[in-house]
Amino acid sequence: MKLKEISEKLDLKLFSCEEELGKEVTGGYASDLLSDVMGHSKEGQLWITLQTHKNVMGVASLKDLAGIILVKGFTPDAETIALSQSEGIPILGTDMEAFELCGRLYNLLN
Amino acid sequence: MSPVAIINKAKEKSLDIIGITDHNSTRMAPIIRDLGDREGVYVLCGAEVTTREEVHVLAFVDGNNALSLLQEYLNRYLIRIPNNPDVFGYQLVVNENEEVLYQEESLLIGTIEQSLDQVEEFVHSLGGIFIPAHIDKKSNSLLSQLGFLPPGLNVDALELSARCVVKSFLNEYSYLSNNNFICSSDAHYVKDIGKCFTLLDVKNFSFEAVKEAIKKSGVNNLIYH
Repeated sequence: MKLKEISEKLDLKLFSCEEELGKEVTGGYASDLLSDVMGHSKEGQLWITLQTHKNVMGVASLKDLAGIILVKGFTPDAETIALSQSEGIPILGTDMEAFELCGRLYNLLN
Repeated sequence: MSPVAIINKAKEKSLDIIGITDHNSTRMAPIIRDLGDREGVYVLCGAEVTTREEVHVLAFVDGNNALSLLQEYLNRYLIRIPNNPDVFGYQLVVNENEEVLYQEESLLIGTIEQSLDQVEEFVHSLGGIFIPAHIDKKSNSLLSQLGFLPPGLNVDALELSARCVVKSFLNEYSYLSNNNFICSSDAHYVKDIGKCFTLLDVKNFSFEAVKEAIKKSGVNNLIYH
């Protein structure tokens, strides 16, 4: 499923990198530990987290993730947004908590 | 950061003591220490270790033997993820002439497979100094990761970052007031060295004397510009 369709169906807010919404999403990974994401996420997955600092972009880039969804109304730091643009990895957001967001995303993708 | 640039900046800022704490690596520290010895700057050698909980802690040890043991410990437990230099830059060890001696292939900003307690125990087993880093920061700090200072954790001091507004921080975390504190620049660039510093009452410039002084350092020893 394309990121754009997911964004519309889950009513996500877009923070950056609109040009890359055409990306194909292969799955999702939920974790707030960067080391965990570095070790276990897969290319093309959407990362669900509440971490907003720029290192999340470094990790997303390292693992070729499709995008990041920030939960609970968290917003990305300015540096994170800048990196998102240069790396071409969209950051989206929702007011939902991780549990609900993951449940809905899981249903969408399966 | 080049060893020469670091020592020169330290002298410019009138710092008598600096600590070298690369992420999960001690390799640059003795190189900078040896230069510091010749230039009149005392260098505490160690690493900024990332525990399994993603808490950053400063670990300082005394002498080349202890440093080797600390480096072996980090080698053993670092979770191996290949670095991508395009994303995170090259992880190089250079000598005073800025010749590359070594390149670390595994991502040094990852975590080690050891908990906070295990790292504390290990560092103290080497007679070292254990200081949770920048506890006021919103990422990778004791407080961001755990929410509190675990009652049994044997810390030598707590580090506050250069951006900390100490008064309001201690208002919010009043239960921490009786701890020892240091503040440091955590400089990742030469220009940031000496952004803030701690006034330590040392008997002499030796590891034991510096350790003793750190364990007496309180909020009043913290100097912010």
